[in-house]
Amino acid sequence: MSEPLLTIRNLRASVDDKEVLKGIDLSVAAGEVAAIMGPNGSGKSTLSNVLAGRDGYEVTDGEVRYDGQDLLAMEPEERAATGVFMAFQYPVEIPGVVNATFTRTALNAQRKARGESAIDAIDFLKGARATLARLEMDEDFLRRDVNAGFSGGEKKRNEIFQMAMLEPRLAILDETDSGLDIDALRIVATGVNAMRNPERALVVITHYQRLLEYVVPDSVHVLADGRIARSGDRELALELERAGYAAFQPA
Amino acid sequence: MTPLRETVETVERASGEYRYGFVTDIETERAPTGLNEEIVRFISAKKEEPEWLLEWRLKAFRMWLGLEDREPRWANVHFPKIDFQEACYYAAPKQEGDGPASLDEVDPELLRTYEKLGIPLREQEVLAGVAGAGNVAVDAVFDSVSVATTFKDKLAEMGVIFCPISEAVRDHPELVRKYLGSVVPQGDNFYAALNSAVFSDGSFVYVPKGVQCPMELSTYFRINAQGTGQFERTLIIADEGSRVSYLEGCTAPQRDENQLHAAVVELVALKDAEIKYSTVQNWYPGDAEGKGGIYNFVTKRGACRGADSKISWTQVETGSAITWKYPSVLLQGDRSIGEFYSVAISNLRQQADTGTKMIHLGRDTRSTIISKGISAGRGQQTYRGLVRVQPKAGGARNFTQCDSLLIGDTCGGHTVPYIDVRHPGAEVAHEATTSRISDAQLFYCRQRGLDPEEAVSMIVNGFCRDVLQQLPMEFAVEAQKLLGISLEGAVG
Ligand SMILES: Nc1ncnc2c1ncn2[C@@H]1O[C@H](COP(=O)(O)OP(=O)(O)O)[C@@H](O)[C@H]1O
Ligand SMILES: [Mg+2]
Repeated sequence: MSEPLLTIRNLRASVDDKEVLKGIDLSVAAGEVAAIMGPNGSGKSTLSNVLAGRDGYEVTDGEVRYDGQDLLAMEPEERAATGVFMAFQYPVEIPGVVNATFTRTALNAQRKARGESAIDAIDFLKGARATLARLEMDEDFLRRDVNAGFSGGEKKRNEIFQMAMLEPRLAILDETDSGLDIDALRIVATGVNAMRNPERALVVITHYQRLLEYVVPDSVHVLADGRIARSGDRELALELERAGYAAFQPA
Repeated sequence: MTPLRETVETVERASGEYRYGFVTDIETERAPTGLNEEIVRFISAKKEEPEWLLEWRLKAFRMWLGLEDREPRWANVHFPKIDFQEACYYAAPKQEGDGPASLDEVDPELLRTYEKLGIPLREQEVLAGVAGAGNVAVDAVFDSVSVATTFKDKLAEMGVIFCPISEAVRDHPELVRKYLGSVVPQGDNFYAALNSAVFSDGSFVYVPKGVQCPMELSTYFRINAQGTGQFERTLIIADEGSRVSYLEGCTAPQRDENQLHAAVVELVALKDAEIKYSTVQNWYPGDAEGKGGIYNFVTKRGACRGADSKISWTQVETGSAITWKYPSVLLQGDRSIGEFYSVAISNLRQQADTGTKMIHLGRDTRSTIISKGISAGRGQQTYRGLVRVQPKAGGARNFTQCDSLLIGDTCGGHTVPYIDVRHPGAEVAHEATTSRISDAQLFYCRQRGLDPEEAVSMIVNGFCRDVLQQLPMEFAVEAQKLLGISLEGAVG
């Protein structure tokens, strides 16, 4: 059997000298959709940030293998170029930089790092239009500044748009469903489902199981107090919905 | 290729070095070191100037003597006292006989220098349609003299005069005499007086009534010789109903000593005329320890003399060790418009005290000020601006937006607005913001695949967009690249 795309072993990490991840073990195979659920403050965003390589998160133990490479040894932009994408729980505003330029520049930076040729503005625009249509987003959105003045739902959809354009191999979606109304949730789910393919792994982080009605996961993991407390299939998510996280909260 | 990609590639090529820091090896003819009446006479004689101009210079020199020890000290810049007797006030590439009649007579070594700087000097290439050469007429000033002006003939057909100011003194004395010093008088300030006494060359532009200048006019200034200052003088006159866009670019070699650049630029817009003046200033900024670099002490002022005239200053200031510069507009004509768009970067140990003055004199005059200051490294930056509404300027309006962006925590950004309103009906609005490039922004960009330099460049270009889009297209790309280069090493 081949190695999973992502393997996390005994990962420990601290923020401000406080241990947040306390020994995470998790594998996600190509083609798999893994859901990570957990109460607020359990370390979900910390895990995403550590995987993406954000400064300020100190890994104290363990290892992360991604596609046969030592992920933790790579710079954030190198991780991006090898196909790691993170949809932010709180997407960042960049005033004065239009969405189309931002996304195309990012795409071409990744392509350059991989030794591929640049996509020109016209081809990019074609792809971008098709993606926007699928996400039921207005084309005018390409000319707006990155996330500046966007509603919460627009920001989340922008993350999905970027993901679709960048075509990552491992996408980590950090509470992309939070704060969305039911229509926006359905649109985001359509965008996520369109990404599913045998080559790609998706890690869907969520607080509620609502999103999982639309994006049906292959595996569900409960993150509590910095550890994977339980793993199971779709049933586990439903169980959590009924019983809540009480059983997993620290005493 | 996207501007950003180009920026990045340029940054990679530049790899932290000042890209324009080479020295051209040509023979130069220099005035003796020091400054006195004899030197002023020497310069005037070298340029075979008429008596009136020599007198004009001498008067300025005496005014300068009167202003001695009256260098402006209010600016937020710090440097050791300059010994004005140590500098050389005239240096010229040596050549036989008169100035060059055509590009073929220009020293090929000089042409190579300008080529390295990316200046489209070879008009034959332009005419032959060689890719990459734009439709821009260029006057190139090397140390103290102008070495070549392109497209002169084509412009002359429309009656546009674009030539070195020394040539204008000879061929169009009535225009020069009428307007020289009419906006910036000889005794205006210490550096303007110095310039008026010893100015060497610079560009002269006259656009006749009703003519829309068909191409961008551009001057490239380069300081090459060691121990010299540069004192260029630019005079632009837009006659009634005419329109012109002018751009200056500047570079200097990398040297351990400080070199003085004290220019004066005067603009005159008559009735219904419009002048757009853009600067991309990239003089050598000195090294990370603050050694070397240009002292850029410049007086730029435009007069909207006629009704419905307009003057617009756009500047991208990335170079110089010290910048002291306030491009201003005198809004004399009713309904005239003044604009100031500025991007200034202080990285390394650069210090910039820059801004504008908008003086509303006529009725219903309007001014807009957009200033974007970026500080990084140990750079210090001050926006200093004056908006004055005189008692007769009913209906005057001003809008000012000053934004500072800080990168890291060893730099400083300051805003010093002066508002002096003497008419009750005037509307003056001032907005100011200070922000930092946040770790969150940087990480967001890096997560998407940009390296830290690309990320900073992208965020800074976004911050400056309102100003950059005022530049003529050809130069906007250049300016974007420069921003990236200038901020090289600004993030860990
Ligand atoms: N940048 C940070 N600075 C300080 N504490 C942090 C930071 N990020 C996370 N934490 C702490 O780590 C814990 C886990 O947070 P987080 O990973 O955001 O949880 P979740 O995403 O599951 O809600 C919380 O106690 C939080 O306060
Ligand atoms: Mg979170």
